[in-house]
Amino acid sequence: MTLLQEIITIALCVAGTMLTRFLPFLVFGSKRPTPRYIQYLGKVLPGAIFAMLVIYCLRNVSVFQGSHGLPELIAIAVTVGLHLWKRQMLLSIAGGTICYMLLVQLIF
Amino acid sequence: MEEISSSKYSSQDTDRGGTGSGSSGVLSGAGMQSKGNIIKRAFKCAFPYTIPIFAGFWFLGLTYGIYMNISGFSFWYPMVMSLTIFGGSLEFLAVSMLLAPYAPVQVFLMTLMIQARHLFYGLSMLDKFKGMGWKKPYLIFGMCDETFSINYTADIPEHIDRGWFYFFVTLLNHFYWFSAATIGGLVGSLLHFNTEGLDFVMTAMFVVIFMEQWFKEKRHISAWVGLGASVGCLLLFGADNFLIPTMVCILAALTVLRKPVEQRK
Repeated sequence: MTLLQEIITIALCVAGTMLTRFLPFLVFGSKRPTPRYIQYLGKVLPGAIFAMLVIYCLRNVSVFQGSHGLPELIAIAVTVGLHLWKRQMLLSIAGGTICYMLLVQLIF
Repeated sequence: MEEISSSKYSSQDTDRGGTGSGSSGVLSGAGMQSKGNIIKRAFKCAFPYTIPIFAGFWFLGLTYGIYMNISGFSFWYPMVMSLTIFGGSLEFLAVSMLLAPYAPVQVFLMTLMIQARHLFYGLSMLDKFKGMGWKKPYLIFGMCDETFSINYTADIPEHIDRGWFYFFVTLLNHFYWFSAATIGGLVGSLLHFNTEGLDFVMTAMFVVIFMEQWFKEKRHISAWVGLGASVGCLLLFGADNFLIPTMVCILAALTVLRKPVEQRK
């Protein structure tokens, strides 16, 4: 690739990303009221989105090979347990991550 | 490791306890608050939320910079790309796209497919970003997975300016990613840490954010739809291709379930 082709490639990545981020705001601008269906989606989507993001983070975990996803399972259980117990975001995240690091570095 | 263990001072977790004591006084004197004070307060409130992202972005950003470095690119590439694209998974993929033969249409389509989930973030933030003035374009520009998740779920106390809170979460995350990617590109190959497993910080964060959202909802139909669709599509389409089918399934299911979901509220 020439430098110009590289610049175009990167610019297209930027343009595509910005399109997906700006499009909802451009289509449903603040001038007219947002349609009820879109308002409904805006309210109910996040519950599904956060579930999707958790699975997205775990997408490369293989249940049938290697450590069978056990370190992930244990560390998520620790994260959930800590969060149910103390409900302090940073404590739950740090606890789960440290647990995962110990598991993959020392045991699995 | 440093950042993670230092993040234990989570009693400053803003809305719970920490800042509550001074809120009544602040509200009564709100008219007298100087602009600098408003900004400072919003920064103090926003910063603790971004600590896990600092850890995660530094790890991933350094990795990304190192990856570009060993792929033969000068530090300018990760620097410019982290600043302008600001989307982790696409930036990793962009390295291989830059190494492959020039294919602009394919690059653009690939970008749209990987980033399509941002459409959902925009739909969810339509109301929250109303009236944000000059900050709005930047808030939308910088809305990566992590920034969206925090800005959507954070319980911002009444006396904190929402616009500045969103702004600092976005800016700090953007800065973490940019600085780590640039440093990785500059000196990456010289660094040696045993950081294996640190990337789990992102998974843990999304698990916690998922739980926070769960506690807020009375009904969990949407969460179950999201879980079911994601796991089902992951099994059917595999790790590289499951996001778009998942989004289609979520949209379809929530559209079909609209009546029961709305009636139960």
